[in-house]
Amino acid sequence: MAAPELSPIAPSDVHTISLYVNNKPGVLVRTALVFARRGYNIESLVVSPAARGDFSRMTITCRGDPATLEQIIKQLAKLVDVVHAIDHTGDRAYETEIALVKLQCSVDERTQILQIAEHYAAKVVDYGHESVMLRVNGSSEKLDAFIDLLRPHGLLELVRSGKVVMARGLRET
Amino acid sequence: MTPKLPTGAEKLVQCLEREGVEHIFGLSGGAAIPIFDALVDSPVKLVLVRHEQGATHMADGYARATGRPGVVLVTSGPGATNTVTGLLTALMDSVPMIVISGQTPSGVLGKDAFQEADVTGITYPVVKHSYLVKDVAEIPRVVREAFHIATTGRPGPVLIDIPKDLSSAPCDAPFADEVDLPGYHVPGRADPEALGRAAELLKAARRPLLYVGHGAVISDAGKAVVQLAEKLRAPIVNTLLGKGAADETHPLHLGMMGMHGTAYANKAVIHCDLIMAIGARWDDRVTGKVDEFCADAVKIHVDVDPAEFNKIIRPDVCILGDARLAIEDLIPRVEPADTEEWLARCEGWRQKYPLKYPKKGGLRAQHVLDRLHHVTRGQAVVSVDVGQHQMWAAQFCLTTSNRHWLCSGGAGTMGFGFPAAIGAKFARPESKVWAVVGDGGFQMTLAELATAAVHDIAVKVLIVNNNYLGMVRQWQELFFENRLSGVDLEGNPDFVKLAEAYGVKALRIRRPADIDRKLREAHEYDEGPCVVVAEVVKEDNVFPMIPAGAPVSDMIIDPPKHKLEKPVGST
Repeated sequence: MAAPELSPIAPSDVHTISLYVNNKPGVLVRTALVFARRGYNIESLVVSPAARGDFSRMTITCRGDPATLEQIIKQLAKLVDVVHAIDHTGDRAYETEIALVKLQCSVDERTQILQIAEHYAAKVVDYGHESVMLRVNGSSEKLDAFIDLLRPHGLLELVRSGKVVMARGLRET
Repeated sequence: MTPKLPTGAEKLVQCLEREGVEHIFGLSGGAAIPIFDALVDSPVKLVLVRHEQGATHMADGYARATGRPGVVLVTSGPGATNTVTGLLTALMDSVPMIVISGQTPSGVLGKDAFQEADVTGITYPVVKHSYLVKDVAEIPRVVREAFHIATTGRPGPVLIDIPKDLSSAPCDAPFADEVDLPGYHVPGRADPEALGRAAELLKAARRPLLYVGHGAVISDAGKAVVQLAEKLRAPIVNTLLGKGAADETHPLHLGMMGMHGTAYANKAVIHCDLIMAIGARWDDRVTGKVDEFCADAVKIHVDVDPAEFNKIIRPDVCILGDARLAIEDLIPRVEPADTEEWLARCEGWRQKYPLKYPKKGGLRAQHVLDRLHHVTRGQAVVSVDVGQHQMWAAQFCLTTSNRHWLCSGGAGTMGFGFPAAIGAKFARPESKVWAVVGDGGFQMTLAELATAAVHDIAVKVLIVNNNYLGMVRQWQELFFENRLSGVDLEGNPDFVKLAEAYGVKALRIRRPADIDRKLREAHEYDEGPCVVVAEVVKEDNVFPMIPAGAPVSDMIIDPPKHKLEKPVGST
C-alpha cells in the first residue's frame, strides 16, 4: 500500500508573524478572530509580557498563500490593540523553540534513545522505571527531525512551546 | 464638607455631553438603570425606541446624515445582542457609532446571572473597537478613546460595556482630553511621491474614469472630485454608497455603476483605460468577476484604510490618506488630458441606454420614485431599505449634495431605512427626510412608528408594496426557473390602517394619476410622520443587472428573452 501523499507546501507558505500588542484582556481573541474568520489555522502561538509590562509579544506561525497572509497581517495591524505586526518570514530573524518529549521505554531500549538525545543536545529531565522525558531546543525544523527519529521508540507525549523569534541587530521584532 | 462625587453613570453622561452628544437612542433595562437615571438631569435628549435594532439604525442614520457619531444606550443580555445587526451595518459602511451597554455587576460576570451575555465577546467581529469597563475610574478615558476611534481614520462603531456596580460607584477620575493609543494610527496627508505617480498615469490616460465611493462622502471630498474631473475632463461614476459625494446631475457624472447601475456608467467602466477609486473598495457589487474587472486599465486607489490596498485587486498606485485631502493635493499636479473622444462616447451611451420603465400596465415603483425625485426637487434626505425599491431609488433619486442618501450597502440590512430616516430627522430637523422602504424590510422595524409619532418626527415613509420579497423573487424568476420559495409576503397588513393605529397620517397610491398629488401632500405635511403606501405591480424586475459574479460586460440592459445561467462565485 502506498504511503498517503503529503500535500506539497512550499516553505514560503509557512509564515512567522510577530505582534507587539497592548497587554489587555481580549487582545488574544481579537487576534485569533482575524485568522478564524478566513478559515486559517494558527499552527503555533506564543504570548508573553514584553520588556515594558503594559505590552505583550506574540509570535504566530501559520500556513497560507501569500496574498491572504498579506491581508491577515494588515488586518492584524489594523486592530487598535496591535502596535505593530511584522512578517519575519525569510528575513533571517533568530528563531527558537523548546520541546518536551516523553517516551515509554524499558531500561534496555534506552541506549539508542540517549544516543539520539546526545546528538541533538537534548537533556534528560525525568528518568523513570518505564519512561524518560527529554527537553530539546533549537529551530522548529531541528525539533521536527528529532521527534521523527524518536517516533518509533514509544513516543508517549509531546509538548512544544511554539516558535519565538527576535529580529537581528537593531531591527524591530 | 467635600462635594458628593458623581456616580460612574453620571460621569459617563458628563463625558457624553463634553463630546457634544445631543441625542441618545435607547431602550432601558435593569443593568442600565443607573445610566438612564443619570440622563434625567442631563440636557442630552433620550429617544426611547421600541427595539434596540431600531436604536442602532437611528444612530446610524443620525451619523450618516451629519458625520457626527450616533449614540445608542441599551441594557445587558438581549438588549445588547439586539444591537449586533446595527453594529455590523455600521462597521460594513464605516459609520461612526457608540453603543453603550449596561452589563451585569462585575462580581457575577461569567456566572450566568440574569440577562448576562458576553457582549464584548459576541460583538468582537462587528466593532471597530470595544471596551469592557473594569474600573469606574476608566470611564472618562474610555469614552474619550471610543469617540476618537469611532470618528477618525476609517470611522466605525465602538462598544462600551459597563457593569452595573461600576455605573453606580462613585467616580473621582478627571475628564480625559488626550488619547494615548500606540496601536492606532490615523493616516495624514498622502505621500507626494504616490500623488506624483498617479498624476503621471492620469496624464497618459485617454479614457480615465473616477470611481467614487463612501469614503468620498465621509471625507466630504465631492467638491474636490468634481474639480479634479473638470480639470482632467474625466467622467465620474459612483457606487451605491458614493451617491451624494459628487453631484449626480453634473454633466461629467454618469450615475451609479455596478450590479444595478446605469448602462452608461458600466459601459464607461468596461471601456476605460484608467480607473481611479476614491474612497471605494472594489466591492463585489461593483467589480462582478474580479479577474475581468477593468483587466487592461491602469488602477489607482485612494483610501484611508491601508488594509483595503491589494485586498481585491492590485492597483498600480495606492494613495493612503483622507480622500478630500488627497484629491486636493492631487489637483495641482494633474494636467488636462485629451479626452474629448472619450467623453463623446460616454455621452453616446447615455443617449443610447437611458434608464426606462413602462408607465402603463399598473403602478410602477420606478414611476413613483422618478416622481419622488421631482416632487422633492432632489433636495430631500432619502433613506432607503434593502431590495428592489433600493435599487430603483438609487437609479431615479439622483443625489446632488452630500449626506442626502442613506443606505445600508455593505451589510444590506433590511429594516434599516425607516429608523435611519428617524435618526436623520432628529439630527437635521430643517431637512425633509423620506424613507423609501419595501413591504418586507419595513415590517422588520415598523414598531418605530411609535417612536416617530410620539416625537412628532416628520419623516415620510414611502412603502413600495409589491407583497413580495421582490429582489429574491427576481433572482428566482431569472435564474431559478421561477421556482418561488420564501418570497410571497401573503398576510401583509393594510399599511394605511397600520399607520393609523399608531396615530400616524397615511395615504395610499393606487394609480399613476395619484402619484404626484399624494407625494406632494406627504412632502408638505410637517406635523408628524406620514406613511405613503404605493401599491405597485407585483412582478417587476430591476434592470440593468449584472448577474452576481459575472463580468461587467455581461450586463443585462433589457429584460432577457431566454433562460439565464445561475450566478456563480458570488451571492
